[in-house]
Order: sequence, then structure tokens, then C-alpha cells
Amino acid sequence: MILVILKDIAVLAGLSGALALLLVLAQSILNNYGECKININGKRDLTVKGGNNLLASLSDKAVFLPSACGGRGSCGACKCKVFSGGGPLLPTEKPFLSQAEIAAGVRLSCQIKVKTDIAIEIPESVYNIRKYSATISEIIDYTYDIKGITFMLEQGDSIDFKAGQYVQLLTEPYGKVRQRVSRAYSVSSKPEDRDRIQLIIRLVPEGICTTWVHTQLKVGDKVSFTGPYGDFFMRDTAADIIFVAGGSGKAPIKSMLEHLQLVGTSRKMTYFFGARTLRDLYLTQEMKAFEQVFPDFRYEPVLSQPQPTDEWHGKTGYVMPYFKEVLRDPQNTEAYLCGSPGMIDAVTKALLELGLSKDKIYFDSFG
Amino acid sequence: MMDISSFLLFWAAIFTSNILLTNFLGMCSYLSVSREVESSLGLGVAVTFVLTFTTALNWLAYYYVLVPLNIVYLQYIVFIIVIAAFVQLLELLLERYVPALYYTLGIFLPLITVNCAIFGVSLFMVIRNYNFLQSIAFGAGSGLGWLLAILMLAGIRSRLKEKLIPAGLQGAGIILIITGILALAFIGFSGVAPIQ
Repeated sequence: MILVILKDIAVLAGLSGALALLLVLAQSILNNYGECKININGKRDLTVKGGNNLLASLSDKAVFLPSACGGRGSCGACKCKVFSGGGPLLPTEKPFLSQAEIAAGVRLSCQIKVKTDIAIEIPESVYNIRKYSATISEIIDYTYDIKGITFMLEQGDSIDFKAGQYVQLLTEPYGKVRQRVSRAYSVSSKPEDRDRIQLIIRLVPEGICTTWVHTQLKVGDKVSFTGPYGDFFMRDTAADIIFVAGGSGKAPIKSMLEHLQLVGTSRKMTYFFGARTLRDLYLTQEMKAFEQVFPDFRYEPVLSQPQPTDEWHGKTGYVMPYFKEVLRDPQNTEAYLCGSPGMIDAVTKALLELGLSKDKIYFDSFG
Repeated sequence: MMDISSFLLFWAAIFTSNILLTNFLGMCSYLSVSREVESSLGLGVAVTFVLTFTTALNWLAYYYVLVPLNIVYLQYIVFIIVIAAFVQLLELLLERYVPALYYTLGIFLPLITVNCAIFGVSLFMVIRNYNFLQSIAFGAGSGLGWLLAILMLAGIRSRLKEKLIPAGLQGAGIILIITGILALAFIGFSGVAPIQ
């Protein structure tokens, strides 16, 4: 009996082993495309080993395209223009590209394999993106599920970003989670603090990165992140501003306000912060204090489900109905929104109905 | 069963004993990828290709490894390993040498590993004692039969889009009814060339 079992195991192991070996051999022979050149913007040439996807090949050479999903083809952030060598458009890219983008040669860099020399175009600002090492210097509990964490860069290092941009935090394996992931968080500190950044991170149930941040990280830990990314930043105009944020969406707007405090502004600004109950509010004193700093600024927290124990006398319900009373000239008003996709959609719809123009509504959606 | 000619077997596998419409194998991808004619053609071609080759490979594995070693009860595991490895290898080969085909079939190939029609054909080949040539004919025929079935459904579904369908039957309901009617039509001819 035992012999039979051993024979079975031996045959199966032998067969699987032989097939696996064959596949490994085939992989190393067939997937070897030699050295390929990536030409960027017609200026710079990178030499990489072929066979890997474009996003990974670029990040190996310290060129970081934004990517919220880490190359799984589910976020659509890692777009870049490919002039030659990208192969045909793949069905996995189509859902993320508009007709105009397809016509312009825009591709998802995580889906294209580098097999030949390839010529691409990426925004110059991408060169500003790099990897940073940092040490946690402070962790503040803002609410029961939101923490503010300050990361000090290494001695002598500095970061140059615009208020409202985000970074990608890279996690380390912990507990049962073996893989490393990267997740995007907006910087909440002002760009003038060039030796540090602060992130505001809300605990998402089952979230790999937020659980890591909330349960594992402590002051003194070393972490790394890449950045800065994104085109959610303040436009330098004289238009009125409506800020709308929910949850940890306060981060980029805090950065913008702290930046404005330093450079000074006389723009009319109103900041609506949506939360469920009193215990979801945070940094209220700090935001209210800006009303004394700027000539025309109001901070309006709005609770959708105030509890009887909250003794809340402020605004209730959703934020949308309150826009009307602060709007002076819809055509001359910009909106900066940061929050869940559902909130962004609802607020954008309400603002369009009130007459704001679509290209003046800027948003950063947690997707 | 050994006396059926390979030629007859090939045609019978396409029409009178269609693997999908008489044995109802390979239903999951049949239902999910039949939305457009173009993609169902891609998947159908991939299935035909893989079926033909894996049936041949599994025949060799069965009669030259499993039977001599007297371990035919391991056929389920061995067949699945062979199919999975073949699909992987095929993916690598196509990507390197026939990129155009790779990009057409690309996302369908991994789906095929778990297509039960492919595994089913290998098991039928053993149960019905087909010889090597018959197995290849049966594999290729079954693949083409599967292709025919999914193409017909895709064609019908593309016309269904503008039709009013009772609310309760929309989606999977009407598709299963259509498949049933198609199956009736095919089974009606099963007496012409009985192979099972």
C-alpha cells in the first residue's frame, strides 16, 4: 500500500517537475528580449532588460509614473504616450482610455511589455518624482479611526511638491500579509516644510495599507514613499473658492490653506467638511482659526447623522444644499473636492447645476 | 467503439454529438463570453487549438505513462496538469512568435485552463477507447463544435439586444432557454452518426 502511494507521488512529482522545468526553460528562452532602449520625450535613453512591463521597467530606472494599484491594471493612473514599440492596444487597456487618448497614442504603462526599443512621452514633472526614505516623527490620533502621521525625510533631503498633491506610501510585509503594496495619500502638511510631510490616514476595514499604518507603525519607524504625484493643486487665480472634503479628504485642503496662510490671499473661500457624527470631526479649532487669518474665509462642518448626545447646533444633512448661500458668481468660482467617489459625484452634480463650469471643478477621489 | 472512422468521428463531434449542446460541457465561458461575435470567435479558436493538442498529449500521457505504470486512477490530476502546462507554454510561444494572434487570444487563453469541455474530451477519449488518430479527430471536432455553438449564441444574442424580453427572463434566463432550443435541434440529428 505504502509503495503504491509512494509511486503515485513520485509519478506526479516527476511529471509536474518536468513540466515546470520545461516552462521555466521556455520562459527564460522565449521571454528573453535582450536589452531594449526606452526613449523618453526624445531626449533621454534608458537601457533596460526586455520582457518586463513598461511601468516596472521605468521604476527600476527611478522614473516613477503614478500608479495607485501597483500595476494590476485596475486604476488606470499609469498612462503615458507611446510613439513606437508599444504593440497593439490591448483589451485590458480599453476601459481606461477615451477615444481622444487612443487617437493620441496614450497607453497604460503597466499593460505594455517592453519587447523592442520603445519611444514614450511623459510629463516633465514626472522627473520630479522619486523615492524617499523617511522616519516617523509624530503620530496624532485625530479621531477613533483617523491618524495624522509625520514623516521626516533623511538628513539634508528635501521634497518639492504643490499643496494638494499626493505620495504613494510603500508598505512592508506584516502579520499574514506577505506582499508589499503601495497606496496613495495626499500630503496634509504645507509645501514650505520641505524636510517632512504629514499624511492623514483613515483606517479602512480589511485595508492592507491602512491596517499596516494603524496597527504596526510607531514613532521612529523607517518607511519609504514615492512622489509627488497628481494635478490636484491650487490654481493661482482670483476666483472665489469652495472647498469640500469628507473624512481623510481634509489632508490636501489643510495643505492648501496652510500654504495660503504663508503667501497671503484675499480670495473669498468657504470650506465645507462633511462628516457623520461629532466624533468624526477633527482639526476643527485649527480650521476655524483660519477665519481670523484670511479676510474672507468660513469653515463649515456639516454632520449628516448628528447623535442626540452630540448636542450639535451646526449644519446638518448633506453639504450640497449649503452651496447656494455662499455662491456670489458661479462663473467666477473654483471648487476643490476631496473625498469618496460617491461624494465627489454628488457634489460635482450639484455644483454644475448651480452654474459652475466643469473645468473649474478640481477633485481628488479616493478610488 | 474502435471501428468508427476518424473522419466520421470528426464530423459527429461537430454536429451530432456537440460537446456543448449534447454534453453541456464548457458552459461557463460559453455563457460569459458570448456577448460579442468577435470575442466568442477568438475564444472558440483558442479552445479548438488547445483541445486538439491537449487531447493528443493526454492520449500519450495516458497510454505511455499511466497505463504501463498501472496508475490510471491518477488521470484526473495528470490531465489537468498537462492542460495547464500546455496553455502556459502556448501563451509563451504565441507571445514570442505570433504576437498578432497572442493579442487576439491573449486574455482568453488563461480562461481555457479551467474550461471543462477540454477536460471532458480527454476523459471521453479514455472511456470510449479511442486510438490516437480518433482522439485527435474527436478533439479537433469537439473544439470546432464548441466554436460553432458559441458563435451561434453570440449571433443570436447580438440580435436579442433590441428585442423586448419579459423581465423575469432577461439575462441568463433567456440564454439558457435559447441554448436548450439549440440543443434540441442538434440532438435531433444524433441518430445520423451515433458515437456515444
